[in-house]
Amino acid sequence: MPIITYRDALNQALREEMQRDDRVFIMGEEVGVYNGAYKVSKGLLEEFGEMRVVDTPIAELGFAGIGVGAAMVGLRPIIEFMTWNFALLAIDQVVNSAAKMLYMSGGQYNVPIVFRGPNGAALQLSAQHSQAWESWLMHIPGLKVVTPGTPYDAKGLLKAAIRDDNPVCFLEGEMLYNSRGEVPEEEYVIPLGKAELKREGDHCSIITNGKMILVALQAADQLAKDGIRVDVVDLRTVRPLDVEAITTSVKKTNRAVVLEEGWELAGIGGHIADVIQRECFDHLDAPALRVHQADVPMPYAKNLERAAKPDVAKTIAAVRKVMYLD
Amino acid sequence: GGSMHMFDRSLNFLGGHGIVGSHVPVAAGVGFAIKYRGGDQVCVCFMGDSVVNIGAFHEALNMAALWKLPVVFVIENNRYGMGTAVERAAAIKDLSRRGAAYDGLAHAAVDGMNVLEVREQAAVAIERARKEGAPTLLEVRTYRFMGHSMSDAVSGTYRTKAELEEYVKQDPILHLRHTMQEAGEFTDADFEALDAEVKRIVQDAWDFADNSPEPPLEALFEDVLVETTSEPVISVGA
Repeated sequence: MPIITYRDALNQALREEMQRDDRVFIMGEEVGVYNGAYKVSKGLLEEFGEMRVVDTPIAELGFAGIGVGAAMVGLRPIIEFMTWNFALLAIDQVVNSAAKMLYMSGGQYNVPIVFRGPNGAALQLSAQHSQAWESWLMHIPGLKVVTPGTPYDAKGLLKAAIRDDNPVCFLEGEMLYNSRGEVPEEEYVIPLGKAELKREGDHCSIITNGKMILVALQAADQLAKDGIRVDVVDLRTVRPLDVEAITTSVKKTNRAVVLEEGWELAGIGGHIADVIQRECFDHLDAPALRVHQADVPMPYAKNLERAAKPDVAKTIAAVRKVMYLD
Repeated sequence: GGSMHMFDRSLNFLGGHGIVGSHVPVAAGVGFAIKYRGGDQVCVCFMGDSVVNIGAFHEALNMAALWKLPVVFVIENNRYGMGTAVERAAAIKDLSRRGAAYDGLAHAAVDGMNVLEVREQAAVAIERARKEGAPTLLEVRTYRFMGHSMSDAVSGTYRTKAELEEYVKQDPILHLRHTMQEAGEFTDADFEALDAEVKRIVQDAWDFADNSPEPPLEALFEDVLVETTSEPVISVGA
């Protein structure tokens, strides 16, 4: 099986879906002539032309709204935000227009749109460019929220997102674009709303999503050296949330650590810990613990940034704590 | 908010939006889709005077002009955004001139109290969009005869009763009646008959609403998401 980058996996998904369905177009800043700020849309302008690969001014609110209008009348826009940080300028269109249109119109107008772009912290991009938005977006009924962690998942989930008849927020890990993994040549689509067990173990469950999958898997490798076997549950889609995958794992291991890239308060982990205490109360041998970003805007200094981010060491410490080893 | 989300897909009536200015880029998107498909339809987008001061309006006009989208943007300038008079909100007197900022965007102002003039100018703008694929910003100058909402008194604290009464005299329906009668094509009896018919239509709508049952509780969870039926999932998982 070919081994390709996460970036190329996304590019393949875009190209294949644009070849398959001429209602699909991509619009955003620098997606065309520049070949994409992160080169995800590389080569698409040349293949599909400027009506389907549309460079926009820097006007997130405006072009997100244009995507919504086009989707209401039957096109299937892919709106690229150069990063999800800039999507805050467009959040009115994502939340008030895209997510609610079907409900407000009594089922008359669905909005088949994908909002996508890099999400989360990279390296020393500081406070305004280092944020993980999935806990905000997953709060909103009417949206689907997808956070692929591997090249394989990135391609299969993006294809599903483009084919979905609802608004989908697709959050790519900024630090994952160069990561590599196996991606088959034959076509595949991964359904939204299904988690995947990325590692199997019976001592503790690590429940996570997006870029944190890599952190969880590294932690799992190190824990294995001490004979600690963990389940790594990759949520893949955080809305809809695969509750069954979470509870199945926790009922097996009786212990849980929720690892997320964003902040603690009102984060994903708070909700998952709630699911666990409701659904798995009698199975728990310890309270569920959370690993997350420090409760500060992301600092610029390298050492402070490292200290703020959730990482392998913090994850291992949390697993050892729920196992009462430390 | 509340009752503003009216849509009718059978009439291509795309709502009914409750965030000031938010629907202007959405309308530009409908225009984009028309151009994308090579159709000859036109999207008409109505907004209040307060929209001209919000960012979404300018972002949409810029892209509509840049990409030559077949959209007619209609400002219904009724002199007040809620309780704030236009001149207390906009640093420009002639709102239609906001359109002058964008090459390729035609702009015009029309007396909104004159039905025939509105019709004429609207036809020009629609034709321009249809034939040339070019957008227009059309300011229709009118006046709000009622309060902003049910909780707002008719004249309120922000305008005088005298001002309101002066504008009521310019009621576009009375103006049109006068014009038609001057032209000798329309009698008092015609007017009475038309007036009665419109009252009946409104009363029927009122009765229909009054007599309609409340939605069943199951409807609470309907229409949050649609089932995706366009394509089956081809294969699953790793």
